[in-house]
Amino acid sequence: MRKASARVFPVLFLAFASIALFGCGSSSGSANVSQAQTTTAPVSNVQPISVNVGPASALGSSFNYVDGAFTSVTVCAPSSTTNCQTISGILVDTGSSGLRILSSALSASLPAQTDGNGNPMGECAVFADGVTWGAVATADVKIAGEQASSLPVQIIGPASLPTVPADCSSQGQPEDNLANLGANGLLGIGQSVQDCGADCVSAGTLSQGTYYSCPASGCVDTTESLARQVQNPVASFTTDNNGVIVELPAVTGAGAGVSGSLIFGIGTQANNGLGGATVFGTDQFGDFSTTYKGTPYMSFLDSGSNGIYFLDATATGLPVCLDLTFLYCPASAQTISVTDNAEAGTNGASAATSFLVSNGDFLVSNVNNAAVNGLAGPSPGMFDFGLPFFFGRNVYSAIEGKSTPGGTGPYLAY
Amino acid sequence: MKRIIPFVFSFLFAALAVPYSASASLGGDVSSVHDDQVKMQGTLRTTSKDSYDVHEIQAPSGVTLREYVSRSGNVFGLSWQGRSHPDLHQILGSYYDAYVQGVQAQRAARHGHGPLLIQQPGLTIQMGGHMRSLVGKAYLPQALPAGVRPEDLQ
Repeated sequence: MRKASARVFPVLFLAFASIALFGCGSSSGSANVSQAQTTTAPVSNVQPISVNVGPASALGSSFNYVDGAFTSVTVCAPSSTTNCQTISGILVDTGSSGLRILSSALSASLPAQTDGNGNPMGECAVFADGVTWGAVATADVKIAGEQASSLPVQIIGPASLPTVPADCSSQGQPEDNLANLGANGLLGIGQSVQDCGADCVSAGTLSQGTYYSCPASGCVDTTESLARQVQNPVASFTTDNNGVIVELPAVTGAGAGVSGSLIFGIGTQANNGLGGATVFGTDQFGDFSTTYKGTPYMSFLDSGSNGIYFLDATATGLPVCLDLTFLYCPASAQTISVTDNAEAGTNGASAATSFLVSNGDFLVSNVNNAAVNGLAGPSPGMFDFGLPFFFGRNVYSAIEGKSTPGGTGPYLAY
Repeated sequence: MKRIIPFVFSFLFAALAVPYSASASLGGDVSSVHDDQVKMQGTLRTTSKDSYDVHEIQAPSGVTLREYVSRSGNVFGLSWQGRSHPDLHQILGSYYDAYVQGVQAQRAARHGHGPLLIQQPGLTIQMGGHMRSLVGKAYLPQALPAGVRPEDLQ
């Protein structure tokens, strides 16, 4: 079934592309032919990324980021070629979906998304370590040669909508400025299309704490359709829209930084084939399982986590650091061997892998070390494979419902 | 018109319940479980273990919250999973300020994003996962019933 759907996909895609072109309504048949030839030429699908100290380093070295991959994104007001801005220092995050930009980093004027009464829409996006609050706007998002048109994005921070609703801030501490976000924005390119999904569409659930209608009198919880939710830009690209590859070189010890690539599409061009990568089917959120010493745990690959956070001192025997209790501090580096398994009911894949855990105190002792291998800490009951796991691996993330040569997403592969 | 009166009453009741629920839930008594259920508009299911009860609240907002109540009636632990985090102000009660301080301390020290792990004398809070798939746990280590391990709270 998977092979059949993979073969069907390019044909369907071409059919849709033709329909779209004819739908654009050129009166000349010959013009259509020439447009079709233009669209079949591959667009640039390679975006440079860099593991560096990040934009918050401008506030002082104590704000230097460790193990974050940053890139730049161009946003334009929909259909505008002049009201545009290229913003650097955007954190590449395979653990979320949607483009979020700090209002303090945004100078282009993007139109607010409004509800049926013309009130601006607000959103509370919830992460493990905090929330981002702000207005929903629409933008043409351009990365490498790819474009997502009129995409709902989030503008983070009080400048867009001043008051954080109580049922947003009660879910986590706001990350609403350069100091506490550590980036000018987040490029969420994970396995989900939307950042909320069906839960935010259905009426009758009054207290969602996610999407808000924001008249002058204050923001109130509301629902939002799938198409108008903040969503993964890649899924909305015209081409190369079924997933991404994060490619970073191996890192030995700790260093000033490394450069790599974010490649759009899986099996859509000559440069993004799966090769020998193992495909691990995930659940709809991008979770699979990892077995350690015979016990399976929930796991995920998250370039937006700055370490490999897994289990705890009791389960691993690894001591945590004395002060930095969120990091492991083995006296000497340890290699941890695990087995990654596809989510039950998907493709049944299973493969052994390993990663390094080094002394956290030592690794972060030099604030100029932006790329650090072996950075790890506890996250009880799960494996959060953060950026250090991506060093020296090409990590594939396929988007839910999208066809690829490795099957239909969502899946992760490396 | 007849429908409106019970609606108004239930609204008033909910409004009156808010000040009481502020004292819930971690470290509170079993009545705080019901305050949380009202606040979350959730359904409640209770199961019994050897030395404690598990009250599981499923909220329409996409969060499942479990509250662990000892035989003496104290909420000694909480765990949750779902699309969002529960109302931490509500469920952490008097421990909320310690949580905020813990978040600020970890943010200042970590230089990046990742799970939260707050360990203070008498309080442990863990929040992990990622967008749309979040998990969390909070418990009072000294209040765990004999033989109960933190990893039992799932």
